[in-house]
Amino acid sequence: MDLTEFTIKQAHEGLKKKEFSSIDLAKAYLEKIKKSDLNAFISVTEDLALTQAEEADKKILTGEFGMLCGIPCVIKDAIMVEGQRCTAASKILENYIAPYDATVIKKLKEAGAVILGKTNLDEFAMGASGETSAFGATKNPYDKTRVTGGTSSGSAAAVAANEAIYTLGSDTGGSIRQPASFCGVVGLCPTYGAVSRYGLIAHASSLDQIGPMAKTVEDVETVFQAISGKDKMDATSVEYKFEETKVGLKGFKIGVPKEYFAKGLEPEVEKIIRSAIKKAKNAGAKIVEISLPSTEFALACYYIIGPSEISANLARFDGIKYGLSVPGKDLLDVYLKSKGQGFGAEVKRRIMIGTYCLSSGYYDAYYKKAQEVRQLVRHDFAKAFEKVDLIFCPVSPFPAFKLGEKLDDPLTMYLADIYTIPSKLAGLPGLSLPAGKTKDGLPVGLQIIGNHFQENKILGCAEELEPIL
Amino acid sequence: MISKEEVEHIAKLARLELSDKETEKMQKDLSEILDYFDLLKKAPKPEKAVEIEGDLRATRKDEITSSHDIADELIGAAPDKKDDYIKVKSIL
Repeated sequence: MDLTEFTIKQAHEGLKKKEFSSIDLAKAYLEKIKKSDLNAFISVTEDLALTQAEEADKKILTGEFGMLCGIPCVIKDAIMVEGQRCTAASKILENYIAPYDATVIKKLKEAGAVILGKTNLDEFAMGASGETSAFGATKNPYDKTRVTGGTSSGSAAAVAANEAIYTLGSDTGGSIRQPASFCGVVGLCPTYGAVSRYGLIAHASSLDQIGPMAKTVEDVETVFQAISGKDKMDATSVEYKFEETKVGLKGFKIGVPKEYFAKGLEPEVEKIIRSAIKKAKNAGAKIVEISLPSTEFALACYYIIGPSEISANLARFDGIKYGLSVPGKDLLDVYLKSKGQGFGAEVKRRIMIGTYCLSSGYYDAYYKKAQEVRQLVRHDFAKAFEKVDLIFCPVSPFPAFKLGEKLDDPLTMYLADIYTIPSKLAGLPGLSLPAGKTKDGLPVGLQIIGNHFQENKILGCAEELEPIL
Repeated sequence: MISKEEVEHIAKLARLELSDKETEKMQKDLSEILDYFDLLKKAPKPEKAVEIEGDLRATRKDEITSSHDIADELIGAAPDKKDDYIKVKSIL
Protein backbone atom coordinates (compact mmCIF):
# COMPACT_ATOMS: atom_id res chain seq x y z
CA MET A 1 0.00 0.00 0.00
CA ASP A 2 1.38 3.42 -0.96
CA LEU A 3 0.86 5.58 2.10
CA THR A 4 1.38 8.84 0.24
CA GLU A 5 -1.69 8.88 -1.96
CA PHE A 6 -4.42 9.57 0.55
CA THR A 7 -6.70 12.50 1.07
CA ILE A 8 -7.17 13.73 4.65
CA LYS A 9 -10.38 11.76 4.96
CA GLN A 10 -8.87 8.53 3.62
CA ALA A 11 -5.83 8.83 5.88
CA HIS A 12 -8.11 9.53 8.85
CA GLU A 13 -10.14 6.39 8.11
CA GLY A 14 -6.93 4.36 7.82
CA LEU A 15 -5.68 5.66 11.16
CA LYS A 16 -9.04 4.84 12.71
CA LYS A 17 -9.00 1.28 11.39
CA LYS A 18 -5.38 0.91 12.51
CA GLU A 19 -4.26 0.05 8.99
CA PHE A 20 -1.22 2.21 9.63
CA SER A 21 0.00 4.62 12.28
CA SER A 22 0.76 8.30 12.10
CA ILE A 23 4.45 7.40 12.39
CA ASP A 24 4.11 5.13 9.33
CA LEU A 25 2.53 7.99 7.41
CA ALA A 26 5.17 10.53 8.46
CA LYS A 27 8.02 8.18 7.58
CA ALA A 28 6.57 7.38 4.17
CA TYR A 29 6.25 11.06 3.33
CA LEU A 30 9.69 11.99 4.70
CA GLU A 31 11.21 9.24 2.57
CA LYS A 32 9.45 10.60 -0.48
CA ILE A 33 10.50 14.19 0.25
CA LYS A 34 14.14 13.14 0.57
CA LYS A 35 14.07 11.49 -2.84
CA SER A 36 12.28 14.37 -4.57
CA ASP A 37 14.06 16.64 -7.06
CA LEU A 38 11.34 19.33 -7.21
CA ASN A 39 13.02 21.68 -4.71
CA ALA A 40 9.67 22.14 -2.99
CA PHE A 41 11.22 22.39 0.47
CA ILE A 42 13.47 24.88 2.19
CA SER A 43 13.61 22.86 5.43
CA VAL A 44 12.49 19.36 6.29
CA THR A 45 11.40 19.23 9.93
CA GLU A 46 11.90 15.53 10.48
CA ASP A 47 12.41 15.58 14.26
CA LEU A 48 9.34 17.74 14.78
CA ALA A 49 7.27 15.51 12.48
CA LEU A 50 8.26 12.29 14.22
CA THR A 51 7.61 13.75 17.69
CA GLN A 52 4.21 15.03 16.59
CA ALA A 53 3.36 11.71 14.93
CA GLU A 54 4.23 9.83 18.11
CA GLU A 55 1.98 12.15 20.12
CA ALA A 56 -0.78 11.72 17.56
CA ASP A 57 -0.53 7.93 17.72
CA LYS A 58 -1.07 8.09 21.48
CA LYS A 59 -4.18 10.19 20.96
CA ILE A 60 -5.42 7.86 18.22
CA LEU A 61 -5.15 4.91 20.62
CA THR A 62 -7.74 6.56 22.85
CA GLY A 63 -10.17 6.49 19.92
CA GLU A 64 -11.03 10.16 20.42
CA PHE A 65 -9.32 12.14 17.69
CA GLY A 66 -10.19 14.74 15.09
CA MET A 67 -9.84 14.76 11.32
CA LEU A 68 -6.40 16.40 11.25
CA CYS A 69 -4.85 14.35 14.06
CA GLY A 70 -1.81 12.45 12.80
CA ILE A 71 -2.14 13.81 9.26
CA PRO A 72 1.10 15.02 7.63
CA CYS A 73 1.17 18.56 6.28
CA VAL A 74 3.70 21.11 5.07
CA ILE A 75 3.82 24.85 5.68
CA LYS A 76 4.87 27.72 3.46
CA ASP A 77 8.13 29.10 4.79
CA ALA A 78 6.63 32.53 5.44
CA ILE A 79 4.52 31.13 8.31
CA MET A 80 6.29 30.71 11.62
CA VAL A 81 6.64 27.37 13.39
CA GLU A 82 8.25 27.84 16.79
CA GLY A 83 11.85 26.75 17.02
CA GLN A 84 12.14 26.09 13.28
CA ARG A 85 13.94 28.11 10.67
CA CYS A 86 11.69 30.58 8.84
CA THR A 87 13.36 32.17 5.83
CA ALA A 88 10.59 33.67 3.65
CA ALA A 89 12.93 32.31 0.92
CA SER A 90 15.21 35.28 1.50
CA LYS A 91 18.94 35.39 2.22
CA ILE A 92 18.18 38.11 4.76
CA LEU A 93 16.37 35.52 6.94
CA GLU A 94 18.44 32.49 5.97
CA ASN A 95 19.25 31.61 9.60
CA TYR A 96 16.24 33.09 11.36
CA ILE A 97 14.60 30.83 13.94
CA ALA A 98 10.91 31.51 14.57
CA PRO A 99 10.44 32.54 18.22
CA TYR A 100 6.76 31.62 18.32
CA ASP A 101 4.00 29.79 16.46
CA ALA A 102 1.73 31.59 14.03
CA THR A 103 -1.88 31.37 15.21
CA VAL A 104 -2.73 28.97 12.36
CA ILE A 105 0.14 26.71 13.46
CA LYS A 106 -1.04 26.81 17.06
CA LYS A 107 -4.47 25.72 15.86
CA LEU A 108 -3.09 22.96 13.66
CA LYS A 109 -0.88 21.69 16.48
CA GLU A 110 -3.89 21.58 18.79
CA ALA A 111 -5.66 19.56 16.11
CA GLY A 112 -2.78 17.05 16.13
CA ALA A 113 -1.07 18.00 12.86
CA VAL A 114 2.26 16.48 11.83
CA ILE A 115 4.49 19.11 10.20
CA LEU A 116 6.92 17.58 7.71
CA GLY A 117 8.64 20.72 6.50
CA LYS A 118 8.67 24.30 5.33
CA THR A 119 8.01 24.87 1.67
CA ASN A 120 9.66 27.03 -0.92
CA LEU A 121 8.14 30.31 -2.13
CA ASP A 122 9.00 33.44 -4.02
CA GLU A 123 11.17 35.65 -1.83
CA PHE A 124 8.91 37.32 0.76
CA ALA A 125 6.01 35.99 -1.35
CA MET A 126 6.79 38.44 -4.15
CA GLY A 127 6.62 36.88 -7.58
CA ALA A 128 4.28 34.79 -9.69
CA SER A 129 6.39 31.77 -10.55
CA GLY A 130 8.34 30.61 -7.51
CA GLU A 131 11.54 31.70 -9.25
CA THR A 132 12.45 34.66 -7.04
CA SER A 133 13.29 32.33 -4.12
CA ALA A 134 16.85 32.81 -2.88
CA PHE A 135 16.99 29.01 -2.63
CA GLY A 136 16.15 28.23 -6.25
CA ALA A 137 12.90 27.73 -8.13
CA THR A 138 10.52 24.84 -7.47
CA LYS A 139 9.82 22.62 -10.47
CA ASN A 140 6.34 21.79 -11.63
CA PRO A 141 5.59 18.09 -11.03
CA TYR A 142 3.66 17.94 -14.33
CA ASP A 143 6.64 19.20 -16.34
CA LYS A 144 9.93 19.84 -14.61
CA THR A 145 10.99 22.43 -17.18
CA ARG A 146 8.08 24.62 -16.09
CA VAL A 147 7.29 26.83 -13.11
CA THR A 148 4.85 25.89 -10.36
CA GLY A 149 3.39 29.35 -10.24
CA GLY A 150 3.76 31.41 -7.14
CA THR A 151 4.18 32.47 -4.64
CA SER A 152 3.14 29.34 -2.71
CA SER A 153 5.29 27.33 -5.12
CA GLY A 154 6.65 24.59 -2.89
CA SER A 155 3.27 24.14 -1.22
CA ALA A 156 1.48 23.53 -4.53
CA ALA A 157 4.21 21.23 -5.87
CA ALA A 158 4.38 19.22 -2.64
CA VAL A 159 0.65 18.48 -2.62
CA ALA A 160 0.58 17.73 -6.36
CA ALA A 161 3.53 15.33 -6.06
CA ASN A 162 2.11 13.59 -2.96
CA GLU A 163 4.85 14.96 -0.73
CA ALA A 164 2.17 16.14 1.72
CA ILE A 165 -1.55 15.62 2.18
CA TYR A 166 -2.28 19.29 2.63
CA THR A 167 -0.50 22.58 3.10
CA LEU A 168 -0.93 26.14 4.24
CA GLY A 169 -0.05 28.84 1.74
CA SER A 170 -0.63 32.57 1.71
CA ASP A 171 -2.26 34.73 -0.94
CA THR A 172 -1.65 38.45 -1.45
CA GLY A 173 -2.49 38.80 -5.14
CA GLY A 174 -3.06 35.19 -6.19
CA SER A 175 -0.33 33.26 -4.39
CA ILE A 176 -2.56 30.35 -3.36
CA ARG A 177 -4.93 30.22 -6.33
CA GLN A 178 -2.45 30.63 -9.15
CA PRO A 179 0.07 27.93 -8.12
CA ALA A 180 -2.89 25.67 -7.27
CA SER A 181 -4.07 26.16 -10.85
CA PHE A 182 -0.61 25.51 -12.34
CA CYS A 183 -0.12 22.36 -10.26
CA GLY A 184 -3.65 20.94 -10.43
CA VAL A 185 -4.58 21.12 -6.74
CA VAL A 186 -7.43 22.83 -4.88
CA GLY A 187 -6.47 26.13 -3.22
CA LEU A 188 -8.65 28.45 -1.17
CA CYS A 189 -7.85 32.08 -0.50
CA PRO A 190 -10.29 32.95 2.31
CA THR A 191 -12.04 36.28 2.85
CA TYR A 192 -9.68 38.92 4.23
CA GLY A 193 -10.07 38.60 8.00
CA ALA A 194 -11.36 35.02 8.06
CA VAL A 195 -7.99 33.60 9.10
CA SER A 196 -5.50 35.21 11.49
CA ARG A 197 -2.34 36.59 9.89
CA TYR A 198 -0.43 36.56 13.17
CA GLY A 199 2.92 34.87 12.58
CA LEU A 200 2.82 35.25 8.80
CA ILE A 201 5.84 37.27 7.67
CA ALA A 202 4.20 40.42 6.33
CA HIS A 203 4.20 41.29 2.66
CA ALA A 204 1.24 43.67 2.14
CA SER A 205 -0.89 43.73 5.27
CA SER A 206 -4.16 44.92 3.70
CA LEU A 207 -4.05 41.97 1.27
CA ASP A 208 -2.17 39.06 2.90
CA GLN A 209 -4.27 36.05 3.80
CA ILE A 210 -3.38 32.49 4.85
CA GLY A 211 -5.31 29.62 3.29
CA PRO A 212 -5.28 25.86 2.67
CA MET A 213 -4.30 23.85 -0.40
CA ALA A 214 -5.07 20.15 -0.80
CA LYS A 215 -6.11 17.48 -3.27
CA THR A 216 -9.85 17.74 -2.73
CA VAL A 217 -12.43 20.41 -1.91
CA GLU A 218 -13.43 18.44 1.17
CA ASP A 219 -9.87 18.49 2.51
CA VAL A 220 -9.55 22.22 1.91
CA GLU A 221 -12.78 22.72 3.83
CA THR A 222 -11.55 20.61 6.75
CA VAL A 223 -8.36 22.66 7.06
CA PHE A 224 -10.16 25.97 6.58
CA GLN A 225 -12.53 25.08 9.41
CA ALA A 226 -9.57 24.34 11.66
CA ILE A 227 -7.68 27.59 11.03
CA SER A 228 -10.38 30.24 10.66
CA GLY A 229 -11.79 32.60 13.27
CA LYS A 230 -11.07 35.66 15.38
CA ASP A 231 -7.65 35.97 16.95
CA LYS A 232 -6.81 38.61 19.51
CA MET A 233 -3.30 38.83 18.04
CA ASP A 234 -4.65 40.01 14.66
CA ALA A 235 -6.92 43.05 14.92
CA THR A 236 -8.13 42.53 11.34
CA SER A 237 -9.37 38.98 12.00
CA VAL A 238 -13.10 38.67 12.54
CA GLU A 239 -15.50 36.57 14.52
CA TYR A 240 -16.40 33.96 11.96
CA LYS A 241 -17.40 30.39 12.37
CA PHE A 242 -17.50 28.55 9.11
CA GLU A 243 -20.53 26.36 8.78
CA GLU A 244 -20.95 23.84 6.09
CA THR A 245 -24.25 24.41 4.36
CA LYS A 246 -25.73 22.06 1.87
CA VAL A 247 -25.83 24.28 -1.14
CA GLY A 248 -25.69 23.06 -4.68
CA LEU A 249 -25.48 24.35 -8.19
CA LYS A 250 -29.20 23.95 -8.77
CA GLY A 251 -30.77 27.38 -8.74
CA PHE A 252 -27.45 29.13 -8.20
CA LYS A 253 -26.81 32.26 -10.20
CA ILE A 254 -23.28 32.28 -11.54
CA GLY A 255 -21.80 35.45 -12.96
CA VAL A 256 -19.27 35.29 -15.78
CA PRO A 257 -17.39 38.60 -16.08
CA LYS A 258 -16.91 39.50 -19.74
CA GLU A 259 -13.73 41.46 -18.97
CA TYR A 260 -12.02 38.21 -17.90
CA PHE A 261 -12.41 36.65 -21.33
CA ALA A 262 -10.72 39.42 -23.27
CA LYS A 263 -7.37 39.77 -24.98
CA GLY A 264 -4.51 37.89 -23.36
CA LEU A 265 -6.46 34.79 -22.33
CA GLU A 266 -4.98 31.72 -24.02
CA PRO A 267 -7.56 29.92 -26.18
CA GLU A 268 -6.87 26.53 -24.60
CA VAL A 269 -7.47 27.95 -21.11
CA GLU A 270 -10.63 29.70 -22.29
CA LYS A 271 -11.96 26.45 -23.75
CA ILE A 272 -11.45 24.57 -20.47
CA ILE A 273 -13.09 27.35 -18.42
CA ARG A 274 -16.04 27.69 -20.84
CA SER A 275 -16.56 23.95 -20.70
CA ALA A 276 -16.56 24.04 -16.87
CA ILE A 277 -19.17 26.81 -16.96
CA LYS A 278 -21.28 24.72 -19.32
CA LYS A 279 -21.11 21.76 -16.96
CA ALA A 280 -22.29 23.98 -14.12
CA LYS A 281 -25.19 25.07 -16.32
CA ASN A 282 -26.08 21.47 -17.10
CA ALA A 283 -26.07 20.76 -13.38
CA GLY A 284 -28.79 23.37 -12.90
CA ALA A 285 -26.96 26.67 -12.38
CA LYS A 286 -28.15 29.83 -14.07
CA ILE A 287 -25.32 31.52 -15.97
CA VAL A 288 -25.41 35.31 -16.19
CA GLU A 289 -22.95 37.52 -18.03
CA ILE A 290 -21.76 40.32 -15.75
CA SER A 291 -19.45 43.28 -16.11
CA LEU A 292 -16.67 44.34 -13.76
CA PRO A 293 -15.72 47.56 -15.55
CA SER A 294 -12.76 48.51 -13.33
CA THR A 295 -10.92 45.26 -14.10
CA GLU A 296 -8.45 46.97 -16.43
CA PHE A 297 -7.22 49.21 -13.60
CA ALA A 298 -6.80 46.48 -10.97
CA LEU A 299 -3.28 45.36 -11.81
CA ALA A 300 -1.85 48.90 -11.75
CA CYS A 301 -3.76 49.58 -8.52
CA TYR A 302 -2.34 46.43 -6.92
CA TYR A 303 1.23 47.23 -7.92
CA ILE A 304 0.95 50.59 -6.17
CA ILE A 305 -0.82 49.47 -3.00
CA GLY A 306 1.19 46.24 -2.59
CA PRO A 307 4.65 47.78 -2.99
CA SER A 308 3.70 50.80 -0.85
CA GLU A 309 2.86 48.45 2.01
CA ILE A 310 5.97 46.40 1.22
CA SER A 311 8.22 49.43 1.48
CA ALA A 312 6.89 50.02 5.00
CA ASN A 313 6.73 46.36 6.11
CA LEU A 314 10.21 45.43 4.94
CA ALA A 315 11.86 48.45 6.55
CA ARG A 316 12.20 46.24 9.64
CA PHE A 317 14.95 44.18 8.00
CA ASP A 318 17.70 46.60 8.89
CA GLY A 319 20.43 44.28 10.15
CA ILE A 320 19.76 45.24 13.77
CA LYS A 321 16.93 43.18 15.23
CA TYR A 322 17.24 39.93 13.31
CA GLY A 323 18.49 38.36 10.15
CA LEU A 324 21.50 39.20 8.05
CA SER A 325 23.68 42.01 9.36
CA VAL A 326 26.50 43.25 7.17
CA PRO A 327 29.13 45.28 9.05
CA GLY A 328 29.47 48.91 8.00
CA LYS A 329 31.32 52.05 8.99
CA ASP A 330 28.28 53.65 10.62
CA LEU A 331 24.63 52.81 11.32
CA LEU A 332 23.39 53.97 7.91
CA ASP A 333 26.02 51.88 6.21
CA VAL A 334 24.81 48.77 8.11
CA TYR A 335 21.27 49.43 6.87
CA LEU A 336 22.32 50.01 3.27
CA LYS A 337 24.58 46.98 3.06
CA SER A 338 22.33 44.55 4.95
CA LYS A 339 19.35 45.36 2.74
CA GLY A 340 21.46 45.64 -0.38
CA GLN A 341 23.01 42.21 0.09
CA GLY A 342 20.08 40.52 1.80
CA PHE A 343 17.23 41.20 -0.62
CA GLY A 344 16.84 39.78 -4.13
CA ALA A 345 15.95 41.65 -7.32
CA GLU A 346 12.14 41.44 -7.16
CA VAL A 347 11.99 42.49 -3.50
CA LYS A 348 14.25 45.45 -4.22
CA ARG A 349 12.12 46.39 -7.23
CA ARG A 350 8.95 46.44 -5.13
CA ILE A 351 10.56 48.38 -2.28
CA MET A 352 11.68 50.93 -4.87
CA ILE A 353 8.22 51.17 -6.50
CA GLY A 354 6.58 51.59 -3.11
CA THR A 355 9.08 54.14 -1.87
CA TYR A 356 8.66 56.09 -5.11
CA CYS A 357 4.85 56.06 -4.90
CA LEU A 358 4.90 57.25 -1.29
CA SER A 359 7.62 59.84 -1.74
CA SER A 360 6.99 63.54 -1.45
CA GLY A 361 5.19 64.97 -4.46
CA TYR A 362 3.99 61.62 -5.83
CA TYR A 363 1.63 60.43 -3.10
CA ASP A 364 -1.57 61.88 -4.62
CA ALA A 365 -0.83 60.71 -8.14
CA TYR A 366 -0.07 57.14 -7.12
CA TYR A 367 -1.05 55.93 -3.65
CA LYS A 368 -4.13 58.08 -3.19
CA LYS A 369 -5.29 57.39 -6.73
CA ALA A 370 -4.78 53.65 -6.22
CA GLN A 371 -6.89 53.75 -3.05
CA GLU A 372 -9.68 55.38 -5.04
CA VAL A 373 -9.41 52.75 -7.75
CA ARG A 374 -9.56 50.08 -5.07
CA GLN A 375 -12.93 51.56 -4.13
CA LEU A 376 -14.07 51.22 -7.73
CA VAL A 377 -13.04 47.57 -7.81
CA ARG A 378 -14.87 46.88 -4.54
CA HIS A 379 -17.91 48.64 -5.90
CA ASP A 380 -17.88 46.51 -9.09
CA PHE A 381 -17.97 43.32 -7.06
CA ALA A 382 -20.55 44.64 -4.60
CA LYS A 383 -22.84 45.42 -7.53
CA ALA A 384 -22.21 42.02 -9.13
CA PHE A 385 -23.05 40.16 -5.94
CA GLU A 386 -26.42 41.90 -5.79
CA LYS A 387 -27.29 39.78 -8.82
CA VAL A 388 -25.27 36.56 -8.55
CA ASP A 389 -24.24 34.00 -5.92
CA LEU A 390 -20.80 33.25 -7.29
CA ILE A 391 -18.46 34.36 -10.06
CA PHE A 392 -16.70 31.89 -12.37
CA CYS A 393 -13.57 32.88 -14.30
CA PRO A 394 -10.06 31.66 -15.10
CA VAL A 395 -7.39 31.72 -12.38
CA SER A 396 -4.63 32.75 -14.76
CA PRO A 397 -4.61 33.62 -18.46
CA PHE A 398 -2.15 30.81 -19.23
CA PRO A 399 -0.99 27.48 -17.81
CA ALA A 400 2.46 26.92 -16.23
CA PHE A 401 5.13 28.62 -18.34
CA LYS A 402 8.77 27.67 -18.84
CA LEU A 403 11.31 28.31 -16.10
CA GLY A 404 13.16 31.54 -16.90
CA GLU A 405 10.64 32.64 -19.54
CA LYS A 406 9.33 35.74 -17.76
CA LEU A 407 11.86 36.26 -14.99
CA ASP A 408 13.58 39.30 -16.47
CA ASP A 409 10.42 41.05 -17.55
CA PRO A 410 8.49 42.14 -14.44
CA LEU A 411 5.43 43.55 -16.22
CA THR A 412 4.85 40.33 -18.20
CA MET A 413 5.28 38.32 -15.02
CA TYR A 414 2.73 40.51 -13.21
CA LEU A 415 0.10 39.56 -15.80
CA ALA A 416 0.05 35.99 -14.43
CA ASP A 417 -2.09 37.30 -11.55
CA ILE A 418 -4.40 39.51 -13.58
CA TYR A 419 -7.53 37.46 -12.73
CA THR A 420 -6.72 36.88 -9.06
CA ILE A 421 -5.80 40.43 -8.14
CA PRO A 422 -9.17 42.25 -8.53
CA SER A 423 -11.09 40.03 -6.08
CA LYS A 424 -8.15 40.33 -3.70
CA LEU A 425 -8.33 44.12 -3.75
CA ALA A 426 -11.97 43.69 -2.70
CA GLY A 427 -11.03 41.25 0.11
CA LEU A 428 -13.15 38.48 -1.41
CA PRO A 429 -12.66 34.74 -1.06
CA GLY A 430 -11.66 32.72 -4.11
CA LEU A 431 -10.93 29.10 -4.89
CA SER A 432 -8.96 27.41 -7.62
CA LEU A 433 -10.53 24.13 -8.71
CA PRO A 434 -8.77 21.83 -11.20
CA ALA A 435 -10.92 22.06 -14.34
CA GLY A 436 -8.94 20.16 -16.96
CA LYS A 437 -5.63 19.93 -18.74
CA THR A 438 -4.16 21.43 -21.89
CA LYS A 439 -3.07 19.16 -24.72
CA ASP A 440 0.44 19.30 -23.23
CA GLY A 441 -0.97 17.88 -20.02
CA LEU A 442 -0.74 21.07 -17.98
CA PRO A 443 -3.46 21.65 -15.37
CA VAL A 444 -5.84 24.61 -15.60
CA GLY A 445 -7.87 25.88 -12.65
CA LEU A 446 -11.35 27.37 -12.59
CA GLN A 447 -11.61 30.31 -10.21
CA ILE A 448 -14.74 30.51 -8.08
CA ILE A 449 -15.14 33.86 -6.33
CA GLY A 450 -17.75 34.40 -3.61
CA ASN A 451 -19.02 37.32 -1.61
CA HIS A 452 -17.38 38.16 1.73
CA PHE A 453 -17.51 35.25 4.18
CA GLN A 454 -19.42 33.05 1.76
CA GLU A 455 -16.82 30.32 1.63
CA ASN A 456 -19.71 27.92 2.26
CA LYS A 457 -21.20 28.73 -1.16
CA ILE A 458 -17.83 28.44 -2.90
CA LEU A 459 -16.99 25.13 -1.28
CA GLY A 460 -20.47 23.65 -1.66
CA CYS A 461 -20.54 24.43 -5.35
CA ALA A 462 -16.94 23.29 -5.90
CA GLU A 463 -17.68 20.00 -4.21
CA GLU A 464 -20.52 19.36 -6.60
CA LEU A 465 -18.46 20.35 -9.64
CA GLU A 466 -15.32 18.44 -8.62
CA PRO A 467 -16.40 14.98 -9.86
CA ILE A 468 -17.83 16.24 -13.16
CA LEU A 469 -14.96 18.47 -14.35
CA MET B 1 13.00 57.16 -18.53
CA ILE B 2 13.63 58.04 -14.92
CA SER B 3 17.12 59.30 -14.26
CA LYS B 4 19.97 57.59 -12.49
CA GLU B 5 19.91 60.35 -9.86
CA GLU B 6 16.23 59.75 -9.22
CA VAL B 7 16.81 56.02 -8.71
CA GLU B 8 19.67 56.80 -6.35
CA HIS B 9 17.49 59.24 -4.41
CA ILE B 10 14.70 56.67 -3.98
CA ALA B 11 17.21 53.96 -3.02
CA LYS B 12 18.58 56.27 -0.36
CA LEU B 13 15.10 56.89 1.02
CA ALA B 14 14.59 53.11 1.07
CA ARG B 15 17.98 52.56 2.75
CA LEU B 16 18.87 50.21 -0.08
CA GLU B 17 22.34 49.85 -1.53
CA LEU B 18 22.25 49.20 -5.27
CA SER B 19 25.18 48.31 -7.50
CA ASP B 20 25.70 50.27 -10.73
CA LYS B 21 24.25 47.37 -12.69
CA GLU B 22 21.22 47.20 -10.41
CA THR B 23 20.68 50.95 -10.69
CA GLU B 24 20.72 50.72 -14.46
CA LYS B 25 18.22 47.83 -14.54
CA MET B 26 16.07 49.62 -11.96
CA GLN B 27 15.92 52.72 -14.22
CA LYS B 28 14.50 50.60 -17.02
CA ASP B 29 12.13 48.51 -14.86
CA LEU B 30 10.78 51.43 -12.81
CA SER B 31 10.21 53.50 -15.93
CA GLU B 32 8.20 50.73 -17.59
CA ILE B 33 6.18 50.08 -14.45
CA LEU B 34 5.51 53.77 -13.73
CA ASP B 35 4.45 54.29 -17.35
CA TYR B 36 2.02 51.43 -16.92
CA PHE B 37 0.55 53.19 -13.86
CA ASP B 38 -0.47 56.08 -16.13
CA LEU B 39 -3.42 53.89 -17.04
CA LEU B 40 -5.00 54.95 -13.73
CA LYS B 41 -5.42 58.51 -15.01
CA LYS B 42 -8.31 57.15 -17.08
CA ALA B 43 -10.07 55.77 -14.00
CA PRO B 44 -13.12 57.72 -12.84
CA LYS B 45 -13.47 59.08 -9.31
CA PRO B 46 -15.43 56.73 -7.05
CA GLU B 47 -18.97 57.97 -6.42
CA LYS B 48 -19.27 56.81 -2.87
CA ALA B 49 -17.17 54.87 -0.42
CA VAL B 50 -18.04 51.18 -0.26
CA GLU B 51 -18.64 49.86 3.20
CA ILE B 52 -15.73 47.65 4.25
CA GLU B 53 -16.84 44.18 5.31
CA GLY B 54 -15.99 42.81 8.70
CA ASP B 55 -15.10 44.34 11.94
CA LEU B 56 -12.04 46.40 11.08
CA ARG B 57 -12.98 49.25 13.36
CA ALA B 58 -13.26 47.07 16.43
CA THR B 59 -11.53 48.44 19.48
CA ARG B 60 -10.14 46.69 22.50
CA LYS B 61 -9.49 47.76 26.07
CA ASP B 62 -6.19 49.49 26.61
CA GLU B 63 -4.80 46.86 28.93
CA ILE B 64 -1.37 45.39 29.12
CA THR B 65 -1.56 41.67 28.50
CA SER B 66 1.42 39.44 28.05
CA SER B 67 0.60 36.68 25.63
CA HIS B 68 4.00 35.11 25.55
CA ASP B 69 7.20 35.35 27.41
CA ILE B 70 9.68 35.32 24.58
CA ALA B 71 11.90 38.29 25.39
CA ASP B 72 14.95 36.02 25.49
CA GLU B 73 14.23 34.52 22.08
CA LEU B 74 13.61 37.94 20.57
CA ILE B 75 16.85 39.38 21.91
CA GLY B 76 18.58 36.13 21.01
CA ALA B 77 17.66 36.71 17.37
CA ALA B 78 19.57 40.00 17.21
CA PRO B 79 22.88 39.79 15.33
CA ASP B 80 24.73 41.84 17.93
CA LYS B 81 23.83 41.96 21.61
CA LYS B 82 25.12 42.43 25.12
CA ASP B 83 23.30 40.92 28.10
CA ASP B 84 19.64 41.86 27.64
CA TYR B 85 20.33 44.60 25.13
CA ILE B 86 20.51 44.78 21.36
CA LYS B 87 23.68 46.54 20.29
CA VAL B 88 23.65 49.21 17.59
CA LYS B 89 26.38 51.38 16.16
CA SER B 90 26.76 54.72 17.90
CA ILE B 91 24.81 57.42 16.13
CA LEU B 92 26.48 60.49 17.58
